[in-house]
Amino acid sequence: MGTTLVEKIFSSRCGREVRAGEVVMAPVDRAMVHDITGPLAVRVFKEMGGEKVFDPARIVMLFDHQVPADSVPAAENQQFMRVFAREQEIHNYDLREGVCHQVLMEKGHAAPGEIVVGSDSHTCTYGAAGAFATGIGSTDMGFVLKFGALYFRVPESIRVEVTGAFAPRVGAKDLILSIAGDIGAGGATYQALEFCGETIKTMPMAGRMTCCNMAIEMGAKAGIVPPDAVTRDYLQARRPGAEIADLAPDLDAVYADRRTYDVTDLVPQVAVPHNVDHVVDVDEVAGTSIDQVFIGSCTNGRYEDFAEAAEVLGDRTFSDEVRVIVVPASKEEYLKTLRAGLVERFVEAGALVEAPCCGPCMGGAFGLLAPGEVSLSTSNRNFRGRQGSTEAEVYLCSPATAAASAITGAITDPREV
Amino acid sequence: MRIWKFGDDIDTDAIIPGRFLTEYEPEKLAAHVFEGTRDDCRAGVQPGDIIVAGKNFGCGSSREHAPLALLGAGVKVVVAESFARIFYRNAVNTGILPLVCHDTGGLVEGHEATVDIEKGVLTSDCIDYPIEPVPPFMQAIIDAGGLVEYAKEMKEVELCTGSQR
Repeated sequence: MGTTLVEKIFSSRCGREVRAGEVVMAPVDRAMVHDITGPLAVRVFKEMGGEKVFDPARIVMLFDHQVPADSVPAAENQQFMRVFAREQEIHNYDLREGVCHQVLMEKGHAAPGEIVVGSDSHTCTYGAAGAFATGIGSTDMGFVLKFGALYFRVPESIRVEVTGAFAPRVGAKDLILSIAGDIGAGGATYQALEFCGETIKTMPMAGRMTCCNMAIEMGAKAGIVPPDAVTRDYLQARRPGAEIADLAPDLDAVYADRRTYDVTDLVPQVAVPHNVDHVVDVDEVAGTSIDQVFIGSCTNGRYEDFAEAAEVLGDRTFSDEVRVIVVPASKEEYLKTLRAGLVERFVEAGALVEAPCCGPCMGGAFGLLAPGEVSLSTSNRNFRGRQGSTEAEVYLCSPATAAASAITGAITDPREV
Repeated sequence: MRIWKFGDDIDTDAIIPGRFLTEYEPEKLAAHVFEGTRDDCRAGVQPGDIIVAGKNFGCGSSREHAPLALLGAGVKVVVAESFARIFYRNAVNTGILPLVCHDTGGLVEGHEATVDIEKGVLTSDCIDYPIEPVPPFMQAIIDAGGLVEYAKEMKEVELCTGSQR
């Protein structure tokens, strides 16, 4: 009886065969903390009697949620974390690099076969690098900082096979929204989503990250893509000299479920308020008037996403009725977007282009909504109150749909502009 | 203990909105628990009350501020048909008892309820509702009084040991 990708990772890191359902104390290869959940994790570490962290080289710290500090308490939390990083000799990217999930990937902090944890639910993004990566709470993170290990219940896996080629202006975000609509907000709870098939094989890292990023929106513990040439090309430049483990699930691996999706006829998808799994074809909500458009976040804040939006925009301008906020996910993605002339294009078209950070996604820092307002966002959650007032509404979509809608002032099929 | 009744997919943004995450003291967080989504619960919840919910309680953000806000409000027990994974772990770690009860449909908001962990039942309106046993490794953390207490005395962990569920 074969094993899944996740079972293989746990077996390899534990030095014995480990199967889904088993609870193991597994070593952690990398731990990520940020400005929101980090302070609590550090306090817990100290409460647990922690003095020196298990290995400063395996810990990554950065600030992305409330940067630059938008309140005195936020500034104090960041100050607290800076002091801890200095004391413990932990590398702190501070607010210079961008959103944690993008930064961990592009700095080569996650690689095939590794176990990575972060005190943020979208840590599952690093499955795109072939790592087992999962979000944990602050107390679990305090434990990791002290011991370099954590209890895991090894998850069963759902095999998600994707075939077919995307139509123009339809892409990875539409795919993962449609999968979320199909599996449901709790449909993959305690399980891992193993993405495979020809569509995933030919998908660049940006799209794979978008898919793995939203695994949590189905309750999944992880999303993961079997590492291949795309993974290697991405990591070789970012982690020179590192051995990149060969990893593939066995053909006779046991899955909790197998699902197949064909993207040939997939149309742009939109998640309507207030659930991520409330997903419809764009034409069902086309014409809905919008007040704000956000293009960014760890889900869709990469150069490829901005290129997709810019292709739809062309030489037009955004509607005066819409506030358009563009936030690259990292410094690297910002520079790529800038050098390609896209930042200039967005600014000319009427957008605000902000420095890399989480932005309006979690309703903490800026770009909040007033009661009755409607936001169209390329981020990952449309929960009530997520981007400000609990009486506002958030729709989720792809960068192409966001750009098309920002031009017209209402939700619009990007294939029709 | 009185029941506060919730539906499916109650996310952690609803339990504690993002703008309050600079706080970490349970009592201060409790002032904003369910702010904007269930203000009646925020105003009326008493120590010892229980939250009863449908499927996938605590989905979304990993923010541990969510169980801390509930703790600050005096909620020690959350009963749901199912829990989101991160919330479940965070609840156990911080000292909230997350109990799985497969059908909470008959439970009524405002009515009294008692929980008997030994017998594995929740009783309300003279009806017994079976509760799933807590997994053994989670029970060990609960018995210790949360993960901090569990980890305090430990100098190191024994790697790669495991147990069947």
